[in-house]
Amino acid sequence: MTVREVAEAAYRESLPVLALSASGGLFAGVVLGGMDAELKQVAGLLVLVPALLATRGNVYGSLGARLGSALHQGLVDPTFSTDDKRVNAAVAAALANGVMVSGIAAFLTVALLAVLGRPAAPLSTLVAIALLAGLVSGVLLTVAVVSVVFVGYRRGLNPDTLAGPVVTTTGDVVGIATLLVATRLVLALGGG
Amino acid sequence: MLPVLIVLTAIELGSGIVLDTFEGTLLRYPTLLVLVPVTIGMAGNLGSILAARLSTALHLGLLSFDTDDDRLVGNAVATIGLAVTVFPLVGAGAWGLQTFLADARLPLATVVAVALTSGVVLAALAVAVTTVTTYAAYRFELDPDDVVIPVVTNVCDVLGVLVLFGAVEVLV
Repeated sequence: MTVREVAEAAYRESLPVLALSASGGLFAGVVLGGMDAELKQVAGLLVLVPALLATRGNVYGSLGARLGSALHQGLVDPTFSTDDKRVNAAVAAALANGVMVSGIAAFLTVALLAVLGRPAAPLSTLVAIALLAGLVSGVLLTVAVVSVVFVGYRRGLNPDTLAGPVVTTTGDVVGIATLLVATRLVLALGGG
Repeated sequence: MLPVLIVLTAIELGSGIVLDTFEGTLLRYPTLLVLVPVTIGMAGNLGSILAARLSTALHLGLLSFDTDDDRLVGNAVATIGLAVTVFPLVGAGAWGLQTFLADARLPLATVVAVALTSGVVLAALAVAVTTVTTYAAYRFELDPDDVVIPVVTNVCDVLGVLVLFGAVEVLV
């Protein structure tokens, strides 16, 4: 393949998914823009936003990449079943990592803000918000990743081009939406 | 994988601190707040598509790290082309949504210029970071699927926040 052929193929395969993920990203931005009251009320929540969004992308993007490579190598069948040990192990590891890292991010945020002498909400509030958002978004994203990668592969699409952007996009939208819901819930239950 | 994730989270908190520092500007120009997730997201996406393609090519034995490797150069060219196509639309979309939902205080041309400038700079940085990280994973015999995408997305996130505010400083 020449440079031109490689570039054209990569461009053509990636553009629709990128356009889709741009729309998702704009939607996430609109939700973030509407969260200004919560962002002001819970000091440190804005610091947590990139870390939580990235965790969604990292954990479930890696899940997508693993499934993609396993499909390419013929180690996994693109069928939905609960007894594929390789898929189950990957999903369990992703969920455990996702929830744990969200909690750790909240701890580190409070510590970092204390070191910098900036205002921060109570540790329990930020940790509760992060764990709740991490759990709910984890379940939603696992369903999204496995479905998109398997269905895409069965229809002849390359899971490598699909997985990354679909995960980061649904990760952004789901991540910010669950963060908003978790924040409102924790504040309603008396945190903050 | 957990230790890697914790290190990456610590890096991400750096971009969170930058956002915290610029919270006043973001609340004054809400269009920029709308641009934040999409800009850092698109930067990460460009990097992660490139990383996934290079990683599979590496797994299949089709990639060499030469500046005249067709697969490497072709994918890099496509990454820049995608940024030039998508980022102006992202800027226009953010401006349109903000005008529709609230009150856009920045002119359309400024928002598009901010998005395009950030996008081209980020695409170039994404190509550099992805190529170097994939090469490093290959040299240290790590599975690029585990290592490259997390590193690339996180570095692009942090760079995304920094580049976006650089563009805002220059253009707004």
